[in-house]
Amino acid sequence: MKKLLLSSIIVIIGITFLGRLSYLQIFSFSPDQVLEDPAIKRVYDYPERGYIYDRNGKLLVGNDPAYDVMVIPREVRELDTLELCGLLKIDKEKFKKELRKARIYSPRLPSVFVPQLSKEDYAMLQEKMRHYAGFYIQKRSLRYYDTNSGANVLGYISEVNERDLTKNPYYVQGELTGRTGVEKVYEDILRGRKGVQYIQKDRFNRDIGPYKNGTLDTLPEQGFEINITIDKELQEYGERLMVGKWGGIVAIEPATGEILSMISGPTYDPSLLVGRKRSANYSKLHYDSISKPTFDRSISFEKSPGSPFKAINALIALQEGAITPSTSFTCHHGFFIGRHKKGCHCGGGARNLNNGIYLSCNAYFVGVYKKIFEQFPSNSEAMDAWEKHVKSFGLGSYLGSDLYTGRPGTVPSTDLYNKWYGVGDKRWSATTTYSNAIGQGEVNVTPIQLANMTAAIANRGYFFTPHVLKKVDGKKIDIPDFVEPKYTTIDKRHFEPVIQGMADVYHKGTAKYVQIPGIEIAGKTGTVENYVKIDSVRTQLTDNSVFVAFAPVDNPKIAIAVYIQNGYYGSRYAGHIASLMIEKYIKREITRTDLEKRMLERTLEHEYAKPYSGKEFKINEYDWSKHSSVYKLQNNQSEE
Amino acid sequence: MTGKSVLKRLDWLTVLFYVLLLTIGWVNIYSSTFSESDSSIFDFGTLHGKQLFFILTSFASIVILLALEANFYERFSSVLYIISMVLLLGLFVFGKTIAGATSWYDLGFFNLQPSELAKVATALALAKYLSDIQTDIKRNKDQLYAFLIILIPAILIIPQPDPGSALVFFSLSFVIFREGLPIYYLGIVFFAIMVFVTTLMFGTIWITISIALILVIFFLLKKKKFRVPIIPTVIAVVLTILFSLSVDFVFNNVFEQRHRDRFSLWLRLEKDPAKLEHIRKTIGYNTYQSEKAIESGGFFGKGFLEGTRTKGDFVPEQHTDYIFSTVGEEWGFLGTATVVLLFTFLLLRLVYLSERQKTGFARMYGYGVISILLVHYFINIGMVIGVLPTIGIPLPFFSYGGSGLLFFTALLFIFLKLDANRLKEGI
Repeated sequence: MKKLLLSSIIVIIGITFLGRLSYLQIFSFSPDQVLEDPAIKRVYDYPERGYIYDRNGKLLVGNDPAYDVMVIPREVRELDTLELCGLLKIDKEKFKKELRKARIYSPRLPSVFVPQLSKEDYAMLQEKMRHYAGFYIQKRSLRYYDTNSGANVLGYISEVNERDLTKNPYYVQGELTGRTGVEKVYEDILRGRKGVQYIQKDRFNRDIGPYKNGTLDTLPEQGFEINITIDKELQEYGERLMVGKWGGIVAIEPATGEILSMISGPTYDPSLLVGRKRSANYSKLHYDSISKPTFDRSISFEKSPGSPFKAINALIALQEGAITPSTSFTCHHGFFIGRHKKGCHCGGGARNLNNGIYLSCNAYFVGVYKKIFEQFPSNSEAMDAWEKHVKSFGLGSYLGSDLYTGRPGTVPSTDLYNKWYGVGDKRWSATTTYSNAIGQGEVNVTPIQLANMTAAIANRGYFFTPHVLKKVDGKKIDIPDFVEPKYTTIDKRHFEPVIQGMADVYHKGTAKYVQIPGIEIAGKTGTVENYVKIDSVRTQLTDNSVFVAFAPVDNPKIAIAVYIQNGYYGSRYAGHIASLMIEKYIKREITRTDLEKRMLERTLEHEYAKPYSGKEFKINEYDWSKHSSVYKLQNNQSEE
Repeated sequence: MTGKSVLKRLDWLTVLFYVLLLTIGWVNIYSSTFSESDSSIFDFGTLHGKQLFFILTSFASIVILLALEANFYERFSSVLYIISMVLLLGLFVFGKTIAGATSWYDLGFFNLQPSELAKVATALALAKYLSDIQTDIKRNKDQLYAFLIILIPAILIIPQPDPGSALVFFSLSFVIFREGLPIYYLGIVFFAIMVFVTTLMFGTIWITISIALILVIFFLLKKKKFRVPIIPTVIAVVLTILFSLSVDFVFNNVFEQRHRDRFSLWLRLEKDPAKLEHIRKTIGYNTYQSEKAIESGGFFGKGFLEGTRTKGDFVPEQHTDYIFSTVGEEWGFLGTATVVLLFTFLLLRLVYLSERQKTGFARMYGYGVISILLVHYFINIGMVIGVLPTIGIPLPFFSYGGSGLLFFTALLFIFLKLDANRLKEGI
């Protein structure tokens, strides 16, 4: 027994040690510990972020050098705080706060202390920085904008936050990453890859040479320059036209799906979100909850399409054999839904496809819509077919574009109406849902969807996914999703009569005053009733002015959608702006300078101020005064 | 008797373990003291060069140790013991202070640590006393004398201060137990340590409750015929609870903060992350860094001279007390397991050798050797891997240091000489 005692103690100790060692070295061990190893410092070499050019090779975004003051808290020694604060132009409170923040992040990893100094500040600090142990200056490059427009397309870059750091281990604190737009979507292409040098340190944090003789070190990989499909000149021009107006303009090249311009109003100068003033400026923009300049209306603003949607109903009716181009309906300055009369501005009389479109007759299209439903044994089958056709134009979906944000819009379905009215053929019908006929009902679209829909009409039956990337590193992209045409469910032959109607909109229809000499355009106006909730009261505001167009008719180079909030009738703002945009793009110069002057100067700020004035206000003023009526803020007025 | 016959009867297996441990130890000292500018491994200006010199010196001393008559050690053990006690006393006057401990004599070319000599001498003296024909370990007086042999050097060493070495002398009481001291003495010590640790971890309340529970279960399960000695049980319980209470008192009032911190680090008592971080940076820095270094080695280790924490000197005292963390970082679990197994095999082999001795002296000395080596190995590695509180004590055959290596070698080879000689004795 006593002989065994010592032996068993020896064995038990051995087992205990092996257990503890296997716990430490096998179970607690993680192979990426090199990242936490205090003995290894990583020194980064940042490549330059890729430049962004427009479709014609004009520079949009370049780089400017910038300098961050970094701090490694545990290396900070006694220092003259006041003097350093003076140099860095911060107060003592901020100094303490930043240092505390850095220490919480990590006492031994570098944190940004003061971001993005100007070149002048850097020159001054450079000499003195070495007196402050633990502080050093890290060079980075900042974005430089060779344009004051396109903020919504280009997006911006900013310092990575906690969430980015946990999501993507590539980043370390203080690095920049794309936040929205092209900068976000093509972050990996633009950013390149930083080079890393591993330095072996001792416990006093002194460098004692490269780790593993530098075999793990990597060289930085340059970011690629890219060309985007935006036309710089057109984009800048469009933004000038949108000054003082809210809404969106999207122009697409129908033959490729390339987005020529994408304008959101109001917008902001992209260079506001660069450098030290970025966060202050961003707050100002972000918290402007009335005009919402950071809200990209060109891709995220969902509203009823209004009359341009009539073209889709015409195409569906032709495809389903519900009408022929000569089928006619009579307009009695309106039409009846049950015992209620609904108005129409077209002037009344017999309407066929052609003048139904160019005069934008509501009665005609309600008739067409009912005809479509008559082609099917049941309302739900009709609705399903109608929904399928509408969706084939890219409505009700995100389109699969390479834009960072966006909204899908809505296309109503059998399910929706079943939910609203109940299941069964008697519960709802074409009459119940007649608003869809004139683009006022449950259909909601974004400007880019409208432009894409117009491109599909211009192409006579197909479209390409709208996108903004054109070239990477000077080479044309061939992303299959962007080069393969998406076909609509409408046969090619049905497009001609509809396009003829749209061309006649310019010749003799709702847009006859916005013709461009020498360019054959097909278009469609829209005047969309505009209801908003103000203090949870449904209130009508001045109509939205909508216009879609493509030109030239026979060989379309541009398809455009213009959506101007509270711009009143279609041709009044949207039509004019669209025609100027088309002229600018095709002719590269504007012949109608007086119209241009008027569009540049006029603003709609007075309209946007109305609902916030707290007073009674009139809507749809100036022209067509007989239709304008007084709406009280408090009273819930019914329509027409 | 010729040298040749000694070599024939030498236990070469033990020698093999000894050489392996020395080799592995030196390789790791080389790694932890290596710098790119070193010219040659024989550069005696470097620490690893010096250690190589000490290893060669040790080999030379082995020749002398084996050449001496076997009964020389037994005969001169008392003289050796007295000399070493004088040397320990002399430290109070002539001692040289290194790292806060006055444990060395400065001999010019190297520092002699007399406590190392005292370990060998005490092991010999204890064996000699216990194997004396007139000693009866069942007698209280003889027990007292035996313990005095251990206690005198321990008491002389504690004020240096060198609590680690003092512990080594206490460990020699294993020898006394082996030779007949009732085993429950050991049981009481073990029980006291248990109560001490559990009191710190859970508090007196829980100890009282668990004792009550044990008693209840015991009374429920006991056979009727079995009579419980009521009074001794009650006394034991009361003593235990009193002891537990006094632990609290001693811990909070007698211990200094650094002792408390060591214990709270060891027993993971500190739950507040801020305080824990503070302990890690101050008193627990060594342990934390060595644990991290060992952990970062993983299963296969980072490779020879590739230990980043070793290179960066993150673990203080790495070539001496914390040499095992270099093994852990550079050679991984494979390396640490090999070292633990080598020590285990060496110690088990020594147990086997001790048990086959024909004379009491040789056997008891063998047990002394085992006790000393075991305590060093247990406390050192236990501290480095974080299962024991920090007590500075070298790892035998591994840690840098000349006198340590010489006396561990002497300790071992005196026993091997006795073992080689066992068949001649008593003829």
